[in-house]
Amino acid sequence: MSKNQSEYLIKRNNNEYEVVIGLEVHAQVLSESKLFSSSSTKFGAEPNTQVSLVDAAFPGMLPVINEFCIKQAVKTGIGLKAKINKKSIFDRKNYFYADLPQGYQISQYKNPIVGEGSVVLDLPSGEKKIGIERLHLEQDAGKSIHDIDPQNTLVDLNRSGVALMEIVSKPDLRSLEEVNAYVKKLRSIMRYLGTCDGNMQEGSLRADVNVSVRKKGQKELGTRCEIKNVNSIKFMQMAIEYEANRQVDVIEEGGSIDQETRLFDTKKNQTRSMRSKEDAHDYRYFPDPDLLPLEISDKFIDELKKNIPELPDEKKKRFIEKFKLSAYEANILVSDNETSKYFEEVIKESDVKISTNWITGELFALLNEKNLEISESPISAKNLSKLINLIKDGTISGKIAKSVFEIMADGNKDPKKIIEEKGLKQQSDPKELEKLIDKVINDNQDKVKEYKSGKEKLFGFFVGQTMKISGGKANPKLVNEILKKKLT
Amino acid sequence: MTNIIDLTLVELVNKIKKKEISSKEITKAYVDRCKKSKKLNTFITDDFDNALKKADKFDKKPDFNKKLPGIPIAVKDLFCTKDLKTTAGSKILSNFIPSYESTVTQNLWNEGSILLGKLNCDEFAMGSSNETSFFGNVQSPIGKGLVPGGSSGGSASALSAKLTPVTVGTDTGGSIRQPASFTGTVGLKPTYGSCSRYGIVAFASSLDQAGPMTRNVKDCALLFEVISSYDNKDSTSVNFKRANYSNKLNKSIKGKKIGIPKEYRAEGMSKEIDELWQRGINIVKESGAEILDISLPNTKYALPAYYIVAPAEASSNLARYDGVKYGFRSPGENLIDMYEKTRSEGFGDEVKRRIMIGTYVLSSGYYDAYYLKAQKVRQLIKNDFDEVYKKVDAILTPSTPTSAFTIGEKTNDPVSMYLNDIFTVPINLAGLPAISIPAGLDSKGYPLGLQIIGKAFDEQNIFNIAYSMEEKINFKNEIKSWWM
Repeated sequence: MSKNQSEYLIKRNNNEYEVVIGLEVHAQVLSESKLFSSSSTKFGAEPNTQVSLVDAAFPGMLPVINEFCIKQAVKTGIGLKAKINKKSIFDRKNYFYADLPQGYQISQYKNPIVGEGSVVLDLPSGEKKIGIERLHLEQDAGKSIHDIDPQNTLVDLNRSGVALMEIVSKPDLRSLEEVNAYVKKLRSIMRYLGTCDGNMQEGSLRADVNVSVRKKGQKELGTRCEIKNVNSIKFMQMAIEYEANRQVDVIEEGGSIDQETRLFDTKKNQTRSMRSKEDAHDYRYFPDPDLLPLEISDKFIDELKKNIPELPDEKKKRFIEKFKLSAYEANILVSDNETSKYFEEVIKESDVKISTNWITGELFALLNEKNLEISESPISAKNLSKLINLIKDGTISGKIAKSVFEIMADGNKDPKKIIEEKGLKQQSDPKELEKLIDKVINDNQDKVKEYKSGKEKLFGFFVGQTMKISGGKANPKLVNEILKKKLT
Repeated sequence: MTNIIDLTLVELVNKIKKKEISSKEITKAYVDRCKKSKKLNTFITDDFDNALKKADKFDKKPDFNKKLPGIPIAVKDLFCTKDLKTTAGSKILSNFIPSYESTVTQNLWNEGSILLGKLNCDEFAMGSSNETSFFGNVQSPIGKGLVPGGSSGGSASALSAKLTPVTVGTDTGGSIRQPASFTGTVGLKPTYGSCSRYGIVAFASSLDQAGPMTRNVKDCALLFEVISSYDNKDSTSVNFKRANYSNKLNKSIKGKKIGIPKEYRAEGMSKEIDELWQRGINIVKESGAEILDISLPNTKYALPAYYIVAPAEASSNLARYDGVKYGFRSPGENLIDMYEKTRSEGFGDEVKRRIMIGTYVLSSGYYDAYYLKAQKVRQLIKNDFDEVYKKVDAILTPSTPTSAFTIGEKTNDPVSMYLNDIFTVPINLAGLPAISIPAGLDSKGYPLGLQIIGKAFDEQNIFNIAYSMEEKINFKNEIKSWWM
C-alpha cells in the first residue's frame, strides 16, 4: 500500500480534512503494591479489601513512595527511548470526588519522571515514528458505583492509590489504523518490559483521546477536544471517527470548535460534551509537601538499562537479519513477546521458513478460533517443532501434517506418536509406490492414451489418483518422479 | 516532701527509679488535680481511668530501663491515639477514633509513659490563642480571662497548671513557642525532620513539627530524645544519629557566638520586650558568650510568606475531611450538597478563612504571584540563616512581641492575631530548631519568653545555651491555682 492509500481524510463538499490525534494512555504499573502504600493491587478482590489507611486518607497518614514503581516507570521510559529525568516532583492535583479520598491525586505535573521519547509504528505503508511527550507517575482513584443502591453511590477504594503511568504522545497520529498500531506497540513494549500487563478488560490500559481536524495542507492545528477515559482500541477508533466527523460538520456549517472535554457513549456510539474549557477544573497543582523531590542516580538508571530485555524493534531487526524473515513476518512474530519466545523455541531445532509459515498460519488460526493467547497454546513449541521436522524429513506430507496438527490441538500429543498410532507415516518406498502407480495406469488406460497423445494436463490426475489410493500417505515428490518415468 | 505535681520530669523519673514513688501515686496526683481543673478546659478527652490502670500495671511489673518509666503525660489532641478519640479541636473530627497511633506518641509509650488524655488546641492547630477550638477556649493558669496562646494552648495551660508533668505539642508557625512564652514554660520546635509527622493531623506539611513542652530545659532535652526518631513512614523524616541530649547538657557556653538580628527589633516593639531581650543578651555575655550583631534582611517577608504557604498546604491537607469516609457528616441532597453542608458546619471560621486563602493563592492565575513567590521568599529566608550561621552558633530573639492577651481581645482582628507569630514563623520557614524559655515577667506580671534559634539538627547547642540562661534567669512561675 502506498502512503496515499493509508491517508485518513474526511471529505465534505469540496473540502478534505485531516484528523490529528494525540493519546494520553494510562497504563497501570505492574506491581505487587500501590504507589504510596503497601496495599495489594490484585485485580478482582472484594470491594474495599485492599485499602490501607493511607489509601483511605485517614488523618495523619503519609505517602511513602514505592521504589519498585519508580523502577517500572524508568524501565518504560528506557523502552520508549526517552529521556529519564534524574529529578522529578510529585504534585497534588486537587479536586473533590467521593472516590478520591485525599481530595487530591498525587501526580507529576511540571517535572515528570520521563521526558521526550518515541515509538516506531510498523504500518503497511512503512515505518512511522510517533513522538512521546512525557511519562509521569500518578495515583489511580477509587471506583464510584451508582447502580447497586437506588439512593446512594457506593465507593470501592481497592484501586485508590494504584500506580499509573500516564504516557502522553505528541499529536502525531493521523488515522484509526495508526491509533491501533500505536496502542498495540505501546502495550507490546510494556509487556516485553513487564511494566504493564496491558489488560484492557481489567482497566490496566485506558486512554484520553485528543482529537482535532484541519483542512488538508493547513499547518496550524485545529482546536482539540479531549475524549476521556476510553478503555478499548475499538472504542478509541469509534470515538475518534465520530468526533472527527462531528468537528468537520461544525466547521462546514460555519461554526468553530470549542475546546472541551467530552465523553464517549459506547451505547450510542457518540461523544458528548462533559465540560467546556471555561468550566474546566482548576486543579491547583502544587508540589506535594509530604514527598521530597524524587532524585535518581545514573547508577540506578544504568542498572535498569543493563537488564532491559530485547525489545520488539531490536528483535524484529535481528529476526530479519538472522533468520531472513520478511519485515511483515518479523512484525507479526515480535508483536508479542510470548509469540517471539514461542517462535524462537520452535526454530531451535526446526526449519525457520516452515516454522514461520506454520506459526503465522495454522497456529494463529487455531488460537484465534479458540480465543487463546499463545501462552495458552494447546500445542507446545516443542511438539510443533517435532511436527515441522517430520514434514521436513519427508516422514509426512504437508497435508497429513495438517490432520496431525488438528489431533495435537486436542491434547498436545507428540506428533510422532499420533503418526504411529494412526499409521499416517508417508509412503516413501519406491517399490510400494510403483505398485500403486501401476494399478492407477492399468485402471486408466484410456487416460494414459490421451496423455501420451499430448494432453499433458492429465498428469495431475494420475498424481491425484495415486495419492487417493495411498490414503494420502504417498510421498508426493516420489510419486511425481515415478509417474514421469512410467508415462514416457 | 514536695508535692508530686511540683516535681520536674527528671525528678519524677529519678524517684520512680529509686522506688521512692510509684507510677500510681504520680498518676493519681495528676488525675486528681486534672479533675479539679475543669474550669481551664484543657482536656478535650481524658483517659484517666485507663491511665490509673496502666500505672497499676506498670507498678506490678516495672521496667526501670525506660526513659519515662510510668510517667503520665497528656498530649495535644492533634496526635492520633489508638482507640482514643482524636479531634484536632474540630467538629469535623469530633467523633473520630483512630485505629492507629502516631509515631511520636508511640515513642512515648515505648519508653514507659502513660497517656492521661488529649489536650485542647486551636482547630487544626490554626490559631494563636486556643480560641478557634470547637471545644471552647482554654483559660491560662497565669490569670483568669487570659489566653494560654496557641495553637498548643491546652498543652501550655495544662503544663503550667501542673496537670501534666510534661507534654508534646506541634509547631507550624510558633504553636509551641508562643504558648510556652505566654505561660512561663519551655517549648522546643525541633529541626524539621527530627520528629515523625506520621499520625499527626496535618496542618501545613512542610512546616509542621512536633516538639516537647516542659517546665525546664533538662526535661525538654529528655522528652525530645524520646520523641525524636527516624521513621520510614514519613518521607520527610531525616535519618541522623539522635543524641542523649539530656545527658550531654552543658552549661558552659564560653566562646559561643550568639547573633542578635537587628530586623527582630520590630517597629513598635514594646519597651518591656526590648528590655527583656537586652537582659538575655547580658546574661549570655556574662556567661562568656560573644554577642554579634547580625542581619536577616528578609525577615519582614516571613509572615506574609508564611500566610501563603501554610494556608495553601492546609487547603489541600484538609480536603480529606469531606464527610465520606469518617468524621462528621451532614447529609445532603447529593454529593456536592453533602460536601458543602459537611464542611460548612464541620469547620470553624478560622479554618475556613485559611482554606479560602490557600485555595486562592494556589488558583490558576494567582499561583505564580503568591505561592511561587512565597516559596522563593522562603528560600531567601533560609539563605539568610545559612549566611549568618557562617558567623554565629545560635541566634537570640524574643519569642513573642507581647505577653498573653485576654480572651476575645483579638478574635475579630485576624491580622493582629497573626502578628503574634512574627518572631517564630521565620524559623519554621527555614526548618530550623528553636527553643523558647521563660525569661521574665512584664509589668502586669505575665511571663515573657526568649527564643534561641539553632542550626539545623543542632538542638544540643540550643539546649546548652538555654540551660545556661535558665540558671541565671532563675524564673519562677508563681501560679496561684485560682481556678480550683
